[in-house]
Amino acid sequence: MITPGLYHLLFISTALFFIGVFGFLTRKNLITMLMSIELILNSVNLNFIAFNKYVWPNRLDGVFFSIFIIAIAAAEAAVAIAIIINLYRSHQSIDVDQTEEMKY
Amino acid sequence: MPNALYIALIPLLPLAAFIILGLFGRKYINQSAGIISTILLAASTALAFYAAYEYFFQYGKVDGVYQKAVAFKYTWLRFSEGFSIDIGAIMDPITAMMLVVVTFISLMVHIYSLSYLKGEKRFATYYAFLGLFTFSMLGLVLSSNIFQIYIFWELVGVSSFLLIGFYYDKPSAAAACKKAFIVTRFADLGFLIGILVLSSYAESFDFITIIKKLATPGSAEAHAAVTASFLGLSALSWGVALVFIGAAGKSAMFPLHIWLPDAMEGPTPVSALIHAATMVVAGVFLIARLYHVFSMSQPILHMIGYVGAFSALFAAIIACTQTDIKRVLAYSTMSQIGFMMLALAVSGPQENRNELGFTAGMFHLFTHAMFKALLFLGAGSVIHYIHSNEIKDMGGLRKYMPITHITFLIACLAIAGIPPFAGFFSKEEILLAAYEKNSIIFYMALITSGLTAFYMFRLYFNIFWNKEAHLHEEHHGEGGFAMMLPLIVLAAAACTTGFIPFGNFVTSDGTQLSTELHLTFSIAPVVLALTGIFIAMSFYKTQNNKAEKLAASLNGFYKAAYHKFYIDEIYLFVTNKVLFGVIGKTAAWFDKNIVDGLVNKTGNGTAALSEKIKTFQSGKVQQYAIYFLVGVIGLAVLFMYVWK
Repeated sequence: MITPGLYHLLFISTALFFIGVFGFLTRKNLITMLMSIELILNSVNLNFIAFNKYVWPNRLDGVFFSIFIIAIAAAEAAVAIAIIINLYRSHQSIDVDQTEEMKY
Repeated sequence: MPNALYIALIPLLPLAAFIILGLFGRKYINQSAGIISTILLAASTALAFYAAYEYFFQYGKVDGVYQKAVAFKYTWLRFSEGFSIDIGAIMDPITAMMLVVVTFISLMVHIYSLSYLKGEKRFATYYAFLGLFTFSMLGLVLSSNIFQIYIFWELVGVSSFLLIGFYYDKPSAAAACKKAFIVTRFADLGFLIGILVLSSYAESFDFITIIKKLATPGSAEAHAAVTASFLGLSALSWGVALVFIGAAGKSAMFPLHIWLPDAMEGPTPVSALIHAATMVVAGVFLIARLYHVFSMSQPILHMIGYVGAFSALFAAIIACTQTDIKRVLAYSTMSQIGFMMLALAVSGPQENRNELGFTAGMFHLFTHAMFKALLFLGAGSVIHYIHSNEIKDMGGLRKYMPITHITFLIACLAIAGIPPFAGFFSKEEILLAAYEKNSIIFYMALITSGLTAFYMFRLYFNIFWNKEAHLHEEHHGEGGFAMMLPLIVLAAAACTTGFIPFGNFVTSDGTQLSTELHLTFSIAPVVLALTGIFIAMSFYKTQNNKAEKLAASLNGFYKAAYHKFYIDEIYLFVTNKVLFGVIGKTAAWFDKNIVDGLVNKTGNGTAALSEKIKTFQSGKVQQYAIYFLVGVIGLAVLFMYVWK
C-alpha cells in the first residue's frame, strides 16, 4: 500500500479549494454557498496539517492553526446562518440573485 | 521744546467736538451744536497760535536755525529694533505755519456757518463733520511719520467726502462726493507705493530719519536709492514721483483735477475750508515736508514744475469761461495751487537764493488761504442772498451788500496780485524764483497771473456791477453778524499778511532768507494784472456784448474751454468705453467661458465617467467575490513573479 506523501495531500487540498471557489461563484442558494466556504476553509486546514506533518514534524504550529480555523469557521457559520434566516424572513427566499438592493 | 504735550490738544479738541456732536448732536443739542464746536475750536486755535508763537520766537531756534523738533512721540506698531510706526507730532516752520492757517480758517468757517446754515436740519452733523475734518487736517500737518501722515491723509479724504456729500439727497452732490473720493483714492495708491519705496530705502518711516538718510548725498541709503534703477529712473525718483501722484490727487493737479470743480456741490463754507484753503494744499505741504528728498531728484522736480505751471495756466483759461461762481473759484484754486507747486519745483539747488521758491510757495500757501477763504465766504454770502450760483442771476449787488462788496474786492485785488495786498508779495516771489530758474515756467506763470486778474474781475463786475439782478421779494439783508465778522477778519488778513517777513520764518533749511522787493521786476506782472482788470471792466462793468464778440471770435477755443477741454468726457470715455466696454467685457467673457467653462467641464466629465462605471457596483455578492478573487490572484502573481 502506498503511504500518501505531501504532494497527494496538497493535490487534495487544492482540489477542495477550487471546488469550493467554483461552488461559491456558481451556486445561487445561500446555504450551498456557505457550504462552499466551509470547503475552502477545510482545504486550508488540510494544507496546514500536511505541512506540519511533512516539513516540521517536531512542531505543532500547523495543528494549532487548524484548530483555530475550525473555531472561527463555527462562529462564521453561526453568523452566516443568522443572516440567512433574517434574509429569508424579509425576502421569503434565500436565492442570492434576489438580494441586489445594495447596488448603485 | 519743554511742555510740548499741549500740542496734542490742538487736534484733539476738534476731535472731541466730533465725538460729542456725532454721538449726541442730532437728538439733544442740535441747535447749540455750532456754539459748542466753535468754542472748542476757538480754544484749539488759541493753542495753535501759542504753539506757533512759542516755536518761532522762543524755542524753535537753535543757533539761528529753526530745528525740526519732535513735540512728542509714541511707538504704535513696532516691527523690529529701530523700525516702527509712531504716532507723534513734529514742530518745524511749515507745521507751525499750517497749524495757524488751518485753525484760523477753520474757526472763521465755523463762525460763518453759524449763520449760513442756520435752520439746517442736520446742523449738528455738519459741525461734527467739520470737527472731524479739522482734526484730520491738524493731525496731517503735525505728523512726524510718513505712515501717520498717510492715515490722516485718508481721514481728510473721508471727511471731505462726507462734507461734499452733505446734501446727499441731491443726485449731483452724491455723484460729486463719490467722484472726489474715487479720484483722490486712486491717486493715494501712488502715494502708498511711494511711501513703501522711500521707507524701504531709508529703513524708517520717520520723517526726520528719512530726510537725513535720503537727502544726504553720499550716505549709504541715498547712494542705494539713487543707483538702483527701474525703467530708466532711479528708485528715489520713482519714490518721489509716486508720492507726487498722491499729492497731485489731493491738490487737484492736471490730470487728476476733475474732482475739484464738482466738489463745489458741498455747502459753500465747506468749499472755503476744504477745497480752497486747507485740504487741497495738503499736497503742497507734503512736497514741502519731503522737499529735501524731492530735491535729490531733479527730473521729477522738473516734472512737478511743468505740471504745476500747466495746471495753473489750464485752470485759469477754463476759469475765464465758467458761469457758476463757485466753479470759477474752484478753477482759480487749482490755478493758485499750480503756482505753489511750481514754486517748490523751481527752488532746486542753486548757488545762492536756492530756497526762494520754497519760501515763496509756502508764503503763497499762507496768503492764498486767507484770500481764497475770503472769496468763498463772500461768494457764500452772495449765494445766500441770491439763491443761485449762476452769475447771470447776479448783478448790481454793491448797493445791497456793501460789506461783502468791499471784502470781495479786497480778495480779488489780493489774488490778482495788486500791491499792497497779500497776493502781490507771494506771487512776486514765485515769479522771481521761476524767472531765475526756468524761463518757460516763468512765462506760463506770468500769463496765468494776467488771466487770474481778468477772470477774478470778470466775476467781481458781474456780481456787483453790470445789470440789476432780479431780486426776490423778501430782503433778508446781507446775513447776520456771524457771517460778516469772518469776512472782515479775513479781509484784514488779506490786506496785511503780505507784509510778514516770511523769509525770516519759513525756509527750507531753517536759516533766514532775506526777501527784498524788486520793484523793477514787479512792473511786468502788475501791469499785466492791471490790464486784465481793465479788460474785465470794459467787458463786464456795464452790460455790453464785447465779451460775446470775443467769445465768438475765439469760437472753437472758447467752446473747448467752456467744456473744460473735455477732460471729464475723456475720463468718461476711458472708463465707460475702454475700461467697461473693452477690458471689462473681455474679462467677463473670459470668466464666463474659460473659468466657468473649466469648472463645468470638470463636473460634467466626472459625472459622465461615474455613469459609465457605476454598473461595477452591481449588488451581486458573487460578482464581488470574483473581483476579490481576481485581485488576490493578481497580487499573488505580482508577489511571485514581479517583486520576487
